[in-house]
Amino acid sequence: MADPFVHVDNVAKRWNGQLGVEGVSLSIPRGSFVALLGPSGCGKSTTLRLLSGLELPDEGTISIDGQNVTTAAPSERNLSMVFQSYALFPHLNVAENVVFGLKVRRVSAAERKEKLHRALEITGLLGYEARKPGELSGGQRQRVALARAIVANKPLCLMDEPLSNLDAKLRASVRKDIKKLQIDLGITVVYVTHDQTEAMSMADMVVLMKDGRIQQTGTPEDLYYRPANTFVAEFVGAPPMALIEGSALPGFGDTPTIGLRAESVRVAESGAGRLTCKVTECEFLGSETFIGLSHPAANGLTVSMPGLKHIPSGDDLEITFDDEDLHFFDAAGQRLARQVGAPAA
Amino acid sequence: MAEHVNLERRRQAIYGWLLLTPAAILLTTFAFYPSMATLWTSLFSRGTRRRPSEFVGSENYTDLFADPTFWKVVTNNLIYAGATIPISIAIALGMALWANSKIPARGFVRTAYFTPTVLPMIAAANLWLFFYTPGLGVLDQIGSLFGLPSVNWLGQPETALWAVIIVTIWKEAGFFMIFYLAALQTIPEDLKEAADIEGASRWTYTRRIVFPLLMPTTLFIMVNALINSVKLIDHLFILTKGGPNDASKLILYYIWEMAFAFFDAPQAAAMTIMVLLVLGIVAAIKFSYLDKRTHYQ
Repeated sequence: MADPFVHVDNVAKRWNGQLGVEGVSLSIPRGSFVALLGPSGCGKSTTLRLLSGLELPDEGTISIDGQNVTTAAPSERNLSMVFQSYALFPHLNVAENVVFGLKVRRVSAAERKEKLHRALEITGLLGYEARKPGELSGGQRQRVALARAIVANKPLCLMDEPLSNLDAKLRASVRKDIKKLQIDLGITVVYVTHDQTEAMSMADMVVLMKDGRIQQTGTPEDLYYRPANTFVAEFVGAPPMALIEGSALPGFGDTPTIGLRAESVRVAESGAGRLTCKVTECEFLGSETFIGLSHPAANGLTVSMPGLKHIPSGDDLEITFDDEDLHFFDAAGQRLARQVGAPAA
Repeated sequence: MAEHVNLERRRQAIYGWLLLTPAAILLTTFAFYPSMATLWTSLFSRGTRRRPSEFVGSENYTDLFADPTFWKVVTNNLIYAGATIPISIAIALGMALWANSKIPARGFVRTAYFTPTVLPMIAAANLWLFFYTPGLGVLDQIGSLFGLPSVNWLGQPETALWAVIIVTIWKEAGFFMIFYLAALQTIPEDLKEAADIEGASRWTYTRRIVFPLLMPTTLFIMVNALINSVKLIDHLFILTKGGPNDASKLILYYIWEMAFAFFDAPQAAAMTIMVLLVLGIVAAIKFSYLDKRTHYQ
């Protein structure tokens, strides 16, 4: 990554002393799909708005395509944006909405028409040109917003939770559409979401944020298999990683916190388990059942069992797991390469 | 089954009529009946002790059209409407756009703009009387600082109507601004942001997005301004009494004079019918033509 397409260097934004984002640094390669992920109020939308130029940073620099655009106006940054609310102009019809930007930039009528046709074709909106946004369904409005973003053919597209107003089924299909679009057009996408499924399934690179700071930047596999700290461990994955106090496991007493994924946990024969837990709930998902477990020294323990299982809550259940599936964290919650004080195996 | 449906339909109809009744009674008593009575009155001659009133058909109207004062008053009112409606709307829009932007002391600016609306028209007219008074008035005081001669703004035919127009605009603009301000606040912030991303200038955004979205409000304000240009005459009583030489006389003031100063009720009734007719036609045009070109959210 010698020459990243978008480079954010140590950017901070504060409102009246309140924290917006702090110390955000990012390098986004050309043509990649980056997801900014995090809980509400973590600063992911602020980061996107800083990239778009709708907000200006208090500290740090932002460059896009080799140009320093830290204080440039949004229109000078050569990017497009899809808003969470879609921000469609309610009095203009679909065609007018899509070509609004082209018209502003005085693109000729013939070229406008051609680009409009292509954008509507890609988004499957042909035939809806004359409809007003108010006459469209949520999914169609979302596609108009997409068409408006792609019609200008900008190399960078910012998306602010574009799927959050859609129902679950539609979300899954539009997710695929957006990913395909990004690959076909070869554009760079920065995508804000609070839904880790979206982030993990679409992104080449996930940036997980909390309280205005980046917790981890990496591929979806990195976040899942090598969480940088306990926050990442508990945020990523469904169900999230269980955290166990080291002292509860014989032989790991020196490690403050141990992480364990549900798929690594197995139910053991009575007497052969490494931890004895109480069943709290059974969550049936069709192909498998997640059984929630409680243990005084553990948080979020879950075991996955195939098919439909029903174990009365309050029953004791013994579980076991392999040492290589364990993740180790220090007292501050940061990942450790391996357990503290373990004998070299 | 059919009986069942019939019963239901009848019950719906009764329910509908019950809901309509209060409005229908009020409108009939205070609007429809007086209008019809006025029309009826306008067809009779003025009754005196010696000559009782009798049916004269359109004679009152032909008299009216032959009356030069009537035409003078109509011209005055057209100028008055032609000036107050567009200017007060333009100023209201400008003030609203400004008071809606991120400026310091926004609350103070809005309050200041709205103050003239809160004042009763009579009080406002008294205030302006103090501005306009020759010699003592603020305008003359300022003028004299620059060595300008004293002007009797309200006392000369050339300026009286315009002096009255300015008072009306001053009074109305703040009121209309409140409607625009309310409408502006319903326009989501992200439309501006989307336009910014597309590189639209402030003016393009205002012209292509804000103005069209304000159209319903503009239409509403236009109708109100039109009604006001006919009905708002309180200040004439304080400022000019229609003078000098009918230069600032408006049609409603003339109707009032006709009815209560000259006691010619049929003539006043004929004039009232003319006003109703013209207002009705204009309102119909506005709501049929402009409504089609307006986007309602």
